[in-house]
Amino acid sequence: MSTLKAFDSARWVKIALLCVVLVALPFVIDATLGRAWVRIIDVALLFVMLALGLNIVVGYAGLLDLGYIAFFAVGAYCYALLASPQFGIHGSFLVLLPLGAMVAAVFGIILGAPTLKLRGDYLAIVTLGFGEIIRIFLNNLNRPFNLTNGPQGITLIDPLQAGGISLSKTYTYDGFAIAPVHLYYFVFLACALLTIFISLRLENSRIGRAWVAIREDELAASAMGINTRNVKLLAFAMGATFGGVAGGLFASFQGFISPESFTLLDSVMVLCMVVLGGMGNVRGVVLGAILLTALPEALRYIGPLQQQWLGRVFIDPSDLRMLLFGLALVLMMLFRPAGLWPSKTRQRELIGIDATEKAGG
Amino acid sequence: MDIFLQQILNGLLLGSIYALVALGYTMVYGILGLINFAHGDIVMIGALVALSVVTALGTSMPVMLVLLIATATAVAVCVALGLIIERTAYRPLRRAPRLAPLITAIGVSILIQYSAALVWGKQYMSLPEIVKPGKIEFGGAQITTTQAFIFVLACAIMAALLWFVKTSRMGRAMRATEQNPDVAGLMGVDTTRVIAFTFALGASIGAIAGVMVVLYYGQGHYFMGFMVGLKAFTAAVLGGIGNIPGAMLGGLLLGLIESLAAGYMGDITGGVFGSNYRDVYAFIVLVLVLMLRPSGLMGVSSGDRA
Amino acid sequence: MDRRLLIKSAAAVFAVATTLALTACGDKTPPPAAKKADAPKAPEVQVIKIGSASPLTGTEAHIGIDIRNGVQLAIEDANKANVQIGGKPVKFELVAEDDEANPTKATTVAQKLVDAKVAGVVGHFNSGASIPASKIYADAGIPQISPSSTNPDYTLKGYKTTFRVVAHDGQQGPTLGRFALDKLKAKNIAVIDDATAYGQGLADNFEATVKAGGAKVVAREHTTNKDTDFKAILTKIKGKNPDLIMFGGIDPQAAPMKKQMAELGIKAQFIGGDGMQTPNFIKLAGDAAEGAYASIPGLPKETMPGGKEFLAKYKAKFNAEVELFAPMGYDAVMVFIEAMKRAGSADPTKFLAEISKTNYTGVIGPIAFDDKGDLTNGPITIYVVKGGKWEALETVTPNAGANNAPKGDAKAEAPKDAAKK
Repeated sequence: MSTLKAFDSARWVKIALLCVVLVALPFVIDATLGRAWVRIIDVALLFVMLALGLNIVVGYAGLLDLGYIAFFAVGAYCYALLASPQFGIHGSFLVLLPLGAMVAAVFGIILGAPTLKLRGDYLAIVTLGFGEIIRIFLNNLNRPFNLTNGPQGITLIDPLQAGGISLSKTYTYDGFAIAPVHLYYFVFLACALLTIFISLRLENSRIGRAWVAIREDELAASAMGINTRNVKLLAFAMGATFGGVAGGLFASFQGFISPESFTLLDSVMVLCMVVLGGMGNVRGVVLGAILLTALPEALRYIGPLQQQWLGRVFIDPSDLRMLLFGLALVLMMLFRPAGLWPSKTRQRELIGIDATEKAGG
Repeated sequence: MDIFLQQILNGLLLGSIYALVALGYTMVYGILGLINFAHGDIVMIGALVALSVVTALGTSMPVMLVLLIATATAVAVCVALGLIIERTAYRPLRRAPRLAPLITAIGVSILIQYSAALVWGKQYMSLPEIVKPGKIEFGGAQITTTQAFIFVLACAIMAALLWFVKTSRMGRAMRATEQNPDVAGLMGVDTTRVIAFTFALGASIGAIAGVMVVLYYGQGHYFMGFMVGLKAFTAAVLGGIGNIPGAMLGGLLLGLIESLAAGYMGDITGGVFGSNYRDVYAFIVLVLVLMLRPSGLMGVSSGDRA
Repeated sequence: MDRRLLIKSAAAVFAVATTLALTACGDKTPPPAAKKADAPKAPEVQVIKIGSASPLTGTEAHIGIDIRNGVQLAIEDANKANVQIGGKPVKFELVAEDDEANPTKATTVAQKLVDAKVAGVVGHFNSGASIPASKIYADAGIPQISPSSTNPDYTLKGYKTTFRVVAHDGQQGPTLGRFALDKLKAKNIAVIDDATAYGQGLADNFEATVKAGGAKVVAREHTTNKDTDFKAILTKIKGKNPDLIMFGGIDPQAAPMKKQMAELGIKAQFIGGDGMQTPNFIKLAGDAAEGAYASIPGLPKETMPGGKEFLAKYKAKFNAEVELFAPMGYDAVMVFIEAMKRAGSADPTKFLAEISKTNYTGVIGPIAFDDKGDLTNGPITIYVVKGGKWEALETVTPNAGANNAPKGDAKAEAPKDAAKK
């Protein structure tokens, strides 16, 4: 009994400590590394949401999706169109974020439906195609009538605001300034934590187990009475929902969106986060998202270091940054092929594969 | 009518280049079940190497000789590159989870792009006009002699490849490895060598495709592999990935779809869905084909690829 | 095993981070910002940082590097000239950041430049990056001059810190249109754009002007800024038999397009904006470049002493031709320095007001800003390729009144003509 209590209190201490760290983090970073890093953390939190959304589709249900950024785009445009001077509508985010999530979910189902029969890499190319189709439509729906403003994008998007408090203003209390990046940090943190919570709960739910069953063996799963069609569509819809919310938040955070934020390379990047972190494992995916957002930014310091250590710049710092990033992707996969922090099931699978000497196909 | 004929020719020419690049994707996929994301960048390297050689040699030698040297150099560099990639980035992951090699492929792709940027810079480079192409005209449609040459060569390479895979000893080994690597290994096929050979073959065809792109468009750039790769990958899936004739068919078809969609859909839809939706049409055809034939046009239903 | 190791190392990292955080909290009392500001004052020469933000990697890297090179050249020139501000010698320093032409990265980079306490920023390249970044510069009170963003919205957000030294789409498009009508006597015109904010904006404004002038737009086609094959749309255009083809886009597309026109036997004339008025266009298109028209804001560089010198210096320094926006990047820095000189201070709060009063003749011609931060109607020069060289044909100064109208027209008219077709 007493050990249990001790464990409990230790756990609470840990949680309390984590809370303190999370609350203090943006201010400490601001004071030490500079405000740009607070912004990077904000973006990283958005990518945590995106990566967890994709993790439902790829990690849990095993459906390779290369066009995931489309749902991010749908959410972002949903918010931007209804909270900007584009149509003169200025909706509240309390309505628009859930709306964006719903619209994204509908898109998830629309895009998911024709792909139900497809497997593996065929699914990959079709989802890639859908991602591109959405982007091309966003880029061209300024004619015959102007819906999205085409490549010019939508500007002056409202920030998150409610009851006279706007997240785009700096508030000062006793000389302690809280800037928009800090305010957005807390909103994004709350949303990311909620996403993590939902993901963790889903993992062990009936639906979560059904997804894993489909991933492992679709035929067997359907024989066990799982309605594979509905469960797969649910995976697409759930994944898209996360993307949609993140998109709405992104639009309000940036104040401007254009189709160039939603390219194939962005989809690939989110997929990298999921795979690199460890597919199917929430902790791994969070780690992957944070790492892949921060790594390219951290590599920016390489240029000045070259100057410092070697006396002159040998390789263009921006090239060197990309080279190191590519190298990091390769090396991380070579040394930890199942991801940095793989899920337990996946680890078992990996050992299983080794034992039966089954080829990678 | 001459406009229509011209559009068909445009499509076939573009398609023959897609088809050549698609072969590289499809051969590797057939054997390893791996999307070799870096293949487009191998094409880019082939293109830039050839461009440099042509620029260096200029008109000091007969044109055909210059082109031959350029192509040979491009093939040599690309084969070496293909083998290095296979050995370092893919071979260690042969038994890893399916998506792991996908990430290394993306990493390798970035590495190749920025290595190329270091070597050649990031400017668009132009091919010196060493040859003044003549024009061939028939039925009101026009193509240049260079383009005719490209098309004939592309068809010849595809035919040679088909013949090679069907009849040669190595070709048989490739097909055996594709069907079942373990059993092929038991039958005495050195699968590791076969896989390396496949990579080399794919890379050399990619290099030739790169030379053709440079000849056709007259310019090269360190990022050019991305678009070519994306289109060729689509073509490979359209034809049925892993299937060599499928890649050729897919490539030619994709070229035709793009050409005809950009040429006619604008007028058909009253200017609403014009050439800005060209890629959308290509993907819609892809989705429709895959809904009716989930393994592509010529792909064999392989049961469980996932 | 591995997993335990990972947890351990994660715990270690966490511990280190916490200690770091706590120690950082401890000595927070004097804001580090003040500390940083103190440092450069110690030496005799004041160091003034100028930021440059443009894509240095990715598809558009060649243009981004060009901008950075222009900025770097300006800074080196200023340092050579031993500029004095407020009677004190100063030294300028370049802080170049890569925004990858990505809007998200652009805001991060903008914040980085703000953190680095730059006095002014030259950037970004694409409007998609310049617009979201402008808010960050505005909040920090740091002036931003874009050398290349042509989206009219960029300066319409009401920020006092936002300027550009490039003609926006509403200025250049109509000038090109009037040239096509009056000088080239075009009646049937085909318009192509590259589906980017720049290309489409230019093409829309051109289209509106030529339509208003009574010419017929026989085809409106689109491509992308990554394509090199335009045969399908060109073949279609050939079927409509236009006497002029206008392209809104940049040289890597314009050059093969001109080449493929020749291959298809299209005899129509070819015209474009500043995106293709580059040496690279001629290099890439070869003989086919002959006879192409293009406009560029400013007076002809070749005839201006500063311009000619700039081209030579650029070539000597970087061993490359000017790609596109290097002259704008160069002039943007000079505008900053001139404003600092007049204000006698490198503090943005002091010299910002002076930027709006700029009246400077740079490499690109006379530079003065209107109340929004756009260039006031400067001259626009139209060039033609003759004998493998861009040759100045005529310089037009667009009338101020017609300046803002076309943008609105383009938007309003787009649905109508779509219906007509």
